[in-house]
Amino acid sequence: MNEVAIHMADVGYQSGDKWLLQGVTATLARGRTAAVIGPSGAGKSTLLSLCNLLRTPTAGRIEVDGQDIRDWPVQRLRQKVGMVFQAATMFPGSVEDNVLFGLKLHNRPLTDAGRLLELVDLPRELLPKSASDLSGGQQQRVALARTLAMEPDVLLLDEVTSALDVHAKREVEETLLEIRSRLHTTMLWVTHDLRQARRVADDIWFLTAGRLVEEGPAERLLVEPATAQLRSFLAQAEEGEA
Amino acid sequence: MSYLSLSFTLLFVVVSLVLSVWLRLGVERDIVIAAVRAAIQLLVVGYILKFVFASHQTVFILLMVALIIAVAAWNARGRAKGIPGVIWSILIGLVVTEIVTQGLLLGIGVVPFQARYVITITGMIIGNSMVAAGLLLNRLQREVENGRAEITAVLALGGSPKQAIYPRLKQAIRAGMIPTIDSTKTTGLVQLPGMMTGQIIAGADPVQAVRYQLMILFCILAGSAMTSIVIGFLTYPKLFTAHQQLREG
Repeated sequence: MNEVAIHMADVGYQSGDKWLLQGVTATLARGRTAAVIGPSGAGKSTLLSLCNLLRTPTAGRIEVDGQDIRDWPVQRLRQKVGMVFQAATMFPGSVEDNVLFGLKLHNRPLTDAGRLLELVDLPRELLPKSASDLSGGQQQRVALARTLAMEPDVLLLDEVTSALDVHAKREVEETLLEIRSRLHTTMLWVTHDLRQARRVADDIWFLTAGRLVEEGPAERLLVEPATAQLRSFLAQAEEGEA
Repeated sequence: MSYLSLSFTLLFVVVSLVLSVWLRLGVERDIVIAAVRAAIQLLVVGYILKFVFASHQTVFILLMVALIIAVAAWNARGRAKGIPGVIWSILIGLVVTEIVTQGLLLGIGVVPFQARYVITITGMIIGNSMVAAGLLLNRLQREVENGRAEITAVLALGGSPKQAIYPRLKQAIRAGMIPTIDSTKTTGLVQLPGMMTGQIIAGADPVQAVRYQLMILFCILAGSAMTSIVIGFLTYPKLFTAHQQLREG
């Protein structure tokens, strides 16, 4: 198995006349979690959506398991590189329908939906309930269980806790950390919450204005930022937290 | 009816104009344009049909049918300008509808292959199919806009574009068919349909007129269903890119 989960080389993405990302080169090793941080509009979510080909890079290449994403069969790539969004979308039906949704799409053998719910710290008694009746935090965990059912090697997390209250946010975050330690899932985690980035990240990718300005181990970058941009971003973020 | 007596009916247009001015509805210009366009279009069509009927040439019948389909397709396309290449889906949908319905009518000998039957029946079937196509395309675009998050969620789970859009596509196809189904349900109760009215005015036996009308209604019903389904299934792939991404609206 390749030790590099995701490798990006000089990646750019253009929308209309505007380059939302340019010259992004970074590597995410298997089993590690990189927090993607940066100001709003820096291109964090765009970068994430390139990794499972929900958008196609305009320039450069992205490799998953050493193979260019454009060479992957799209549907296999998206099962391997799962994604959870900021707003959890619930499909009509029960919690069980939602958890098993992806497996049914691919006619894959159905696993125990209750076990998946327990994996995301929800009681299996919720299975027959209507998914739309759940709270925001519960829906986000059902969305996570639905993605985990596909047994992805990589999880793309797009501000998955930002729509949740403080309590639900910590719960979902702890669930994710637990999953990581149990399944050794590689994670690319977009967050605007610096404290969360400190808690979860092995690596930090700092993006600003569509460019990856700094990348490296969290313990170094968050303590000794090399660039003025990251220093100023951290200072502002800490001010906001205080 | 002479042109002189026809010109008296312009009074109805004048009544609409007066009402529009009096109530400040601001539709005077549209009323005049509509009346003038209807008069010119129908008079021109009347003379063309007279020529085609008299010529007994198959090629003219086919040309008229092609013209009707082309105009209908162009018109329906106006509802979905944002979808690349949608005109081809519409054309194929309308041509399939025409071939199946007329093929059946001619094949089982319900009507003879004569201009007065083929062209008029085509006009009615394609006219209704055009409305169905417009409704379908309109609804499909709205469904996709409102369901963008859900469609993306299915794609992100590795679902195919068809799996992602199917619930929405079904709604759009229904939207294309429902007006025809509803008007078929109430036909004769709310309004006497055009073909039957025309035949009765022309002196035909009402029961005979009803038979023709029923034939047309069934054709229109099948036509709007076929058009909606064919165009729906040909159009949805155009909403996705080669990498199975939902195109930006």
